[in-house]
Amino acid sequence: MGLEEKIPSGFLLTTVEKLAGYMRKNSLWPATFGLACCAIEMMAVGSAAKYDIARFGSEVFRASPRQADLMIVAGRVSNKMAPVLRQIYDQMSAPKWVLAMGACASSGGMFNNYAIVQGVDHIVPVDIYLPGCPPRPEMLLDAIIKLQEQINDTKLGANRAQIIKEVELAAMNAKPTHEMKGLLA
Amino acid sequence: MTDGMFGAKGTGDTSGYGGLVRKASTAGSSERPYGSYFDDVADDLERAYPEFSDAIERVVVDRGEITLHVKREKLVEVALILRDSLKFEMCMGVNGVHYPDQTGRELHAVYPLLSMTKNQRIRLEVSVADGDAHIPSLVEVWAGNNWHERETFDMFGIIFDGHPGLTRILMPDDWEGHPQRKDYALGGIAVEYKGATTPPPSERRSYK
Amino acid sequence: MTTFDPYAPSRDTTEGKVFSVTGGDWDALVQDIGATKEERVVVNMGPQHPSTHGVLRLVLELEGETITEARAGIGYLHTGIEKNMEYRNWTQGTTFVTRMDYLGPLHNETAYCLAIEKLLGITDDVPERASVIRVMMMELNRISSHMVALGTGALELGAISPMFFAFRERETVLEIFEMITGLRMNMAYIRPGGVQQDLPEGALTKIRDGVKLMRKNFKENATLLIGNSIWMKRTQGIGYLDLAGCTTLGITGPVLRSTGMPWDLRKVQPYCGYENYNFDVVTADTCDVYGRFLIRMNELEQSLRIIEQCVDKLEKLKGAPVMVADKKIAWPAQLAMGGDGLGNSLDHIRQIMGTSMESLIHHFKLVTEGFHVPAGQVYVAIESPRGELGASVVSDGGTRPYRVHFREPSFNNLQATAAMSEGGMVADIIGAVASIDPVMGGVDR
Repeated sequence: MGLEEKIPSGFLLTTVEKLAGYMRKNSLWPATFGLACCAIEMMAVGSAAKYDIARFGSEVFRASPRQADLMIVAGRVSNKMAPVLRQIYDQMSAPKWVLAMGACASSGGMFNNYAIVQGVDHIVPVDIYLPGCPPRPEMLLDAIIKLQEQINDTKLGANRAQIIKEVELAAMNAKPTHEMKGLLA
Repeated sequence: MTDGMFGAKGTGDTSGYGGLVRKASTAGSSERPYGSYFDDVADDLERAYPEFSDAIERVVVDRGEITLHVKREKLVEVALILRDSLKFEMCMGVNGVHYPDQTGRELHAVYPLLSMTKNQRIRLEVSVADGDAHIPSLVEVWAGNNWHERETFDMFGIIFDGHPGLTRILMPDDWEGHPQRKDYALGGIAVEYKGATTPPPSERRSYK
Repeated sequence: MTTFDPYAPSRDTTEGKVFSVTGGDWDALVQDIGATKEERVVVNMGPQHPSTHGVLRLVLELEGETITEARAGIGYLHTGIEKNMEYRNWTQGTTFVTRMDYLGPLHNETAYCLAIEKLLGITDDVPERASVIRVMMMELNRISSHMVALGTGALELGAISPMFFAFRERETVLEIFEMITGLRMNMAYIRPGGVQQDLPEGALTKIRDGVKLMRKNFKENATLLIGNSIWMKRTQGIGYLDLAGCTTLGITGPVLRSTGMPWDLRKVQPYCGYENYNFDVVTADTCDVYGRFLIRMNELEQSLRIIEQCVDKLEKLKGAPVMVADKKIAWPAQLAMGGDGLGNSLDHIRQIMGTSMESLIHHFKLVTEGFHVPAGQVYVAIESPRGELGASVVSDGGTRPYRVHFREPSFNNLQATAAMSEGGMVADIIGAVASIDPVMGGVDR
């Protein structure tokens, strides 16, 4: 990410982590990236006084991806839109987060067909998935708060590298979903 | 897929009626009197257009709607007369229907027309063969058909001759195939659950 | 300038020099463009742009600040809904159509269900209570849709407060929707043969209160914009399209009515019993963005009038059925929240599980396989908030649609962008597009 990546782990880094996390989580600026039905609910979160996303420091929806650090993918992503979406993601400056809002953005939802990308995680890394079709505004607020918690606890530098390694290893060793027994066993 | 849902083999049909195939039926030509304002429309058109019997293959009145099946060579002529003499000022676009079973006339283009002056609706239908999917464009007659014809080209591959810019409109420019034809698969992927996989919708066990 | 600018690289093509701007130093870009000595500039706007009303892409050819050519690029939200419906039974189709034009879900459902009912030949068998509920829900939906149109339209022209007020009103409607259908959007409430379930206890009182509240609030909304000198200057005389233009382009809805043509399908080709309600068709004679804005504002009041009449009718029709009597078509419409949080009435479950094997089989067949619809094709048009919404439905006699096509007013009306904006200033295209009020979900389907 920058200078903080170079800092060796230890007491100092933990303090910096806490400070950086606190700052980052309370000024999440979403990009205005509306696609479909969910975008209307996203607008409701931003505009209807009843929900008032400003309480959580995220009311500044930025039209330019360069000024935003949270991309709320609100709606179904078509094959035609996919390259555009990726470009917008690339234009955002790090650190950046992606929230897949709704069933379509998370998994393709009910549109399992030729036109729709089956989950936006095929194109960009997703930090938090929000179910619903469309999710209520309160659910979006809840997802943003949960994401803020994640951001608050984000490790930096050597600690972060370590965590990424562990997560990747765990993902490689994980059983494929259809082989899991889960509740059916 | 060798296993259907619930572990069924083959088609998964347990009712015994799976072999029954219904064919898309097209109602035969209707006899006069058609009822409602349809007789007037037909009379007016016959009066204004001497080649009526040559251009109109058949007239179908079904469920309170009239459909004129027009030969594609005469489509523009008929459309102009309908617009100018019979006051069908608006064309509500065009949509394709693919009937793979109707050999020689697989692709249909359906044009719903509206007359605001007379408060009437009729429908034009043109059918062409799959290998020779050319229909004259009606953009010169109703400019609003521009995007509708592009969409029909995009989705069905019907080529509208004389269209000012017949390109794909909904799908990406480099897309292959015409998605809403019956011979184009729905696409989609298998869905994984804990302990199971469900095939994509087009491959699941289905009732017809 | 020969140095490479990472933010605005340029390349030479047969069409002239092409600059890709992704941010960075605008001064350098302006300098570069000035050096090419060409007056003609092509600007790409969208598909991700805050003022294009969704994922719409506009390609504008400019001379100075005047648009000489405008082209709209669509398809960024193509969802394949029409094809997907061919793999689901007729009733499941409502779940798909509701997600097309997501600001007018109930209009989509009604058009689709009216088409199925016409194919089945049961148009006259739909109970009166169901039709009245449909009308009421559609008019509520018209209000919520117009509120979004007005709010986002104002936002795109730079006024933020109207958006806050518009979404406040929209919440009032959505609360009613949620109480009746369980969902705020995409409700799949209107089903072939009637509606999914009857109104819950207390719904009519809530609607009455909501109507009273909205009538008061709409006045506030109107005073925010009407007479506001900036708003008037940005809308009056902008996006001109007269009756001849509308006719040849097939434009319907508020855009057509802004030319003075009182064409409203609710009046001229009534469906769902609209002929039994007192309301006026709102028109304007200015053919511009302001006229369309006024039409939407005034249609709100007409919708409130219809809703009040619906509520009166529904009070008289208390206890009447909301689904056709034919049990071969009607899904059970006596739903109630069960102990498991799912919605089949306990009586119904008790009957099919405990007393009648036949009922159980019937229920299973109806829900999994669905009903057969006789072969044929129909076209049914209704007046959605954006104009004529037509459902072309073809059946081959099976339990699934053979082909469904929606003639979306947004799709058709968006063609008018060029006619409305060419020759005007580049800033005015925003107002013109906003006055068409395209919903990209409907445009691309």
